[in-house]
Amino acid sequence: MLEAPLLAVRALTAGYGPFQVLHGIDLDVAAGEIVAVLGANGVGKTTLNRTLSGVTRARAGSIRFDGQDITRAGHDAIVAAGLIQVPEGRKIFPNLSVRDNLLLGAWLRGRPERTRSLERVLAIFPRLRERLSQSAGSMSGGEQQMLAIGRGLMAQPRLLILDEPSLGLSPLLTEELFALITSLHAEGLSILLVEQNVVQSLAVAGRAYVIEHGRVALSGAAADLADDPRLKAAYLGI
Amino acid sequence: MAEIIAAALVNGLLTGGVYALVALGLTLIYGVLHIVNFAHGSLLMVAMFAAWLLAAQGGIDPYLALPLVAAFMFGVGWALYRFVIGRVSHGEDRAILLATLGVAVVLDNLALVIFTGDTRQLETDLTFRVWEVGPLLVSVPKVISFVVSLLLAGALWAFMARTDTGRAIRAVAREPDGARLMGIRPDRIFALAYGIGIACLGAAACLLLPTFYVSPSVGNVFVLVAFTIVVLGGMGSFPGAVVGGLLIGVTESLGGLLLGESLGPIGISLVFIAVLLLKPTGLFGSVR
Repeated sequence: MLEAPLLAVRALTAGYGPFQVLHGIDLDVAAGEIVAVLGANGVGKTTLNRTLSGVTRARAGSIRFDGQDITRAGHDAIVAAGLIQVPEGRKIFPNLSVRDNLLLGAWLRGRPERTRSLERVLAIFPRLRERLSQSAGSMSGGEQQMLAIGRGLMAQPRLLILDEPSLGLSPLLTEELFALITSLHAEGLSILLVEQNVVQSLAVAGRAYVIEHGRVALSGAAADLADDPRLKAAYLGI
Repeated sequence: MAEIIAAALVNGLLTGGVYALVALGLTLIYGVLHIVNFAHGSLLMVAMFAAWLLAAQGGIDPYLALPLVAAFMFGVGWALYRFVIGRVSHGEDRAILLATLGVAVVLDNLALVIFTGDTRQLETDLTFRVWEVGPLLVSVPKVISFVVSLLLAGALWAFMARTDTGRAIRAVAREPDGARLMGIRPDRIFALAYGIGIACLGAAACLLLPTFYVSPSVGNVFVLVAFTIVVLGGMGSFPGAVVGGLLIGVTESLGGLLLGESLGPIGISLVFIAVLLLKPTGLFGSVR
């Protein structure tokens, strides 16, 4: 990589109370890349995301986004900079209508272009258009995932973090989701894809990191990793 | 007899409007912060003294002072949350609960020190003005308070439904983590929601003043009624607060007429128990 990466994480450690979860993570995402972060349950993927988004404070190390140090920045400043996360479990606003959920996506960022963004999101997810005034909590899991991604897109992300987007989706919907990720990427969006679904994630990603016990166990080009016997070992924790 | 009952009905309905406004503030705070605001009655008392001071010392009619007192109470509520309740709570619900209780004790006793326990009554030009509607005599200030209360309830509903800030308040109420990831700061929204809930009391105080007395313990009169309304209507529900307020107003008035002043409040409890027996979540409440 010649130019500075869009996201540069160095020796990042984080945790909760007495529990250290991340023990020094190094990770880069270049502009226009899809980078997959893989790992079994409980290895620290979600903690990594929470730290990147400023919801959990980093203990040591640094996070640079777009050349700017955001290690100690608040969650609102990080959103304003364009690092947007679609969280695990979607965390949509179930008591609000689909439209209100989407509009709140542009609360801090992308507000002037909100109407245009809304049209764009509804073009990507026609099913959301049919449900605009329906309350978000009454939708199916797949529709809620679309809404969560749509809400993230409303903020006009420079880097979109997707945390376990395929969790709880049927195989068919998962297929659809990965097709969507590919097409968002084709439009130029940089994506950090955090997944348990190894095969499909490696198929869409350019590079990947495998996390084990809060450390990067393995990293490299997605195509190489897919054939690497160490992947299975790392993933199964053997 | 029919006329007396009709008069009691109308009177109760008109009183219920202000009850609704007081309960609306309480239900908004409950819905967003998930705590019962024990300082609600005391803050209503503060608002009534503020309006009374403006009228008695400054000669400003309570109706004209309404925007001023509401804005002042918004500031009081916002600052209370920002500097006291939010500070000591550390995100724990029971700590917030105790903090509001502590605020109530401090305010009640401050008022006793400053104003003594005396009861004060403000007489405006409208205090004893009545309209003759057929056989009924309807108190003009009560009609005004009813109409303004419902208008404010409607405005608050529109604010919550149609503005970005209202959306953010509703979003934070249910999913603060999701809201953070949109760049919404829940701590600011909590202070805002608390301020708006208390601003309702500022408006209610000005509407009450022409027909109601002021004393350091006046909040107690309303706070129990407001708690009843909020639970009866469904915790956190706006329509519940309005319908509940009107229902309790009418019940109280009819109870007082049929059972006498001392036994009358039984009616409120009976309606309360009956509603909760049939619908434990309240009239408009939903299971979370």
